[in-house]
Amino acid sequence: METSFVSQLSIFVLAIFVGYYVVWSVTPALHTPLMAVTNAISSVIIVGALIAVGPEGMSLSKVLGFVAMVLAAINIFGGFTVTQRMLAMYKKKDKAGSK
Amino acid sequence: MASFHENLTAFAYLVAAVLFILALRGLSSPESSRRGNTLGMIGMAIAIITTVLSPEITSYGWIFSALAIGAVIGIFIARKIAMTAMPQLVAAFHSLVGMAAVLVAGAAFSNPIGFGIANAAGEIFIASRIEMGLGVVIGAITFSGSVIAFTKLQGLVSGRPIVFGGQHFLNALIGLLIIGLIVYFCVDQSAWIFWSMTALAFLIGVLLIIPIGGADMPVVVSMLNSYSGWAAAGIGFTLHNNALIVTGALVGSSGAILSYIMCKGMNRSFFNVILGGFGADATAATATAGDDKPVKQGSAEDAAFIMKNAGSVIIVPGYGMAVAQAQHALREMADELKRADVKVSYAIHPVAGRMPGHMNVLLAEANVPYDEVFELDDINNEFQTADVAFVIGANDVTNPAAKTNPQSPIFGMPILEVEKARTVLFVKRSMASGYSGVENELFHRDNTMMLFGDAKKMVESIVKNIA
Repeated sequence: METSFVSQLSIFVLAIFVGYYVVWSVTPALHTPLMAVTNAISSVIIVGALIAVGPEGMSLSKVLGFVAMVLAAINIFGGFTVTQRMLAMYKKKDKAGSK
Repeated sequence: MASFHENLTAFAYLVAAVLFILALRGLSSPESSRRGNTLGMIGMAIAIITTVLSPEITSYGWIFSALAIGAVIGIFIARKIAMTAMPQLVAAFHSLVGMAAVLVAGAAFSNPIGFGIANAAGEIFIASRIEMGLGVVIGAITFSGSVIAFTKLQGLVSGRPIVFGGQHFLNALIGLLIIGLIVYFCVDQSAWIFWSMTALAFLIGVLLIIPIGGADMPVVVSMLNSYSGWAAAGIGFTLHNNALIVTGALVGSSGAILSYIMCKGMNRSFFNVILGGFGADATAATATAGDDKPVKQGSAEDAAFIMKNAGSVIIVPGYGMAVAQAQHALREMADELKRADVKVSYAIHPVAGRMPGHMNVLLAEANVPYDEVFELDDINNEFQTADVAFVIGANDVTNPAAKTNPQSPIFGMPILEVEKARTVLFVKRSMASGYSGVENELFHRDNTMMLFGDAKKMVESIVKNIA
């Protein structure tokens, strides 16, 4: 258990650094889509809900997991869809000038 | 020893995490962003399918129903939502992540053996108790804080800061109480401790956000974005799930960076924003400054005439443009001006609007090409050669007092130097001061013309006069 915590912590810390460099390279014009998409991917928390919903039978854990799954699914589908909708709007000059 | 299946699962989660990183990486330019978003979706699909294929997971009916309900609601909202409502949508989405974290932690707490975080007697491992405690607390703060941010952004409650005596003391007390409960939870895993710290965290989430005013929302929304990441990471530690840990770390640092950029855009420290109360004493500040200095007022015809005969126009949009939904009319105006051989560009201040990048999305929605839209540092030098600065729904971000008056609450804030343009046109509803409560001396300058009225109607009428 102890070693597993340290290895998880290593992954966590390294991922923070990856996030730091990746996010600074995001153009400010896309900061709103960035928030929408980070929101969608943080809903990967749905895997935790799946573990709760997964087993057969009925329990408090399962009900909580089910609600969590619905909320996370709203976020996943909503977040990716709205990001896609926003990104589709960013166009270059030649197209828009004609209208 | 890990079984073949466990290794395969861990590998699939790694792939998902890498795809999420690539999804964020894609946002470095609009061209690559669309593919990035697709990679993000693939990553999510891999993570979900991998988990569903685990042998312990068999209630496919439940899982399918939950996914279907979420998909219908999520896609419906995402299709219908107006672009101007994006800040509140994002706040609402953050609240869902927060609540999901609380519920998952609750589910793990009530079935620790099923989650593999307890010994056979049902005693939860100490490390898991801390991770779970942090996850549920941060999740609960994210939830209630985002709900408050949502109600402020949606206009359900006033955007004005709510302050009362002893506020910071109360917050500190609740904070210490929560920490105490997490520590106690390591000794005693009773349900009341778990749920009390959850309840207190919900409470402090509310208390943290109510003193923060409307125009500081870009910082709040970014901060809650960050929290939702840390909550996910906390749950990831509990579940020993690397995909969740990596994603949580990515989202957490992303939100933190955005908060930092927003604070820098206002030259205020993060703590100054979080402690709140900014703009609460607005009335006092205006009363002293607003003597009856003369203002030059113009009509749509005047504005049309000036801009049509200009060589270059820089448009400075602010939150007022979003409120009036004037972005489409604005694009038409720019098209008419371009037809008259006027060079048109847009200047965006980092904190314009209610969330990072808010103005860019609205302009993109109105079909404004993104290569005509510039950030503060890239365009600020061009005001001195511009004939017209057309300020629509922005105020504080153009106020020269930020450079000249050390007494001003906004002193030191980077501003768009519109005063250097030959003529400044201000579209405003009234002479009221901006969010900071500071009088904008630009209104009284000789080269400034005020265009009073609703931003959308004013721009539409300018369009008619140019054409």
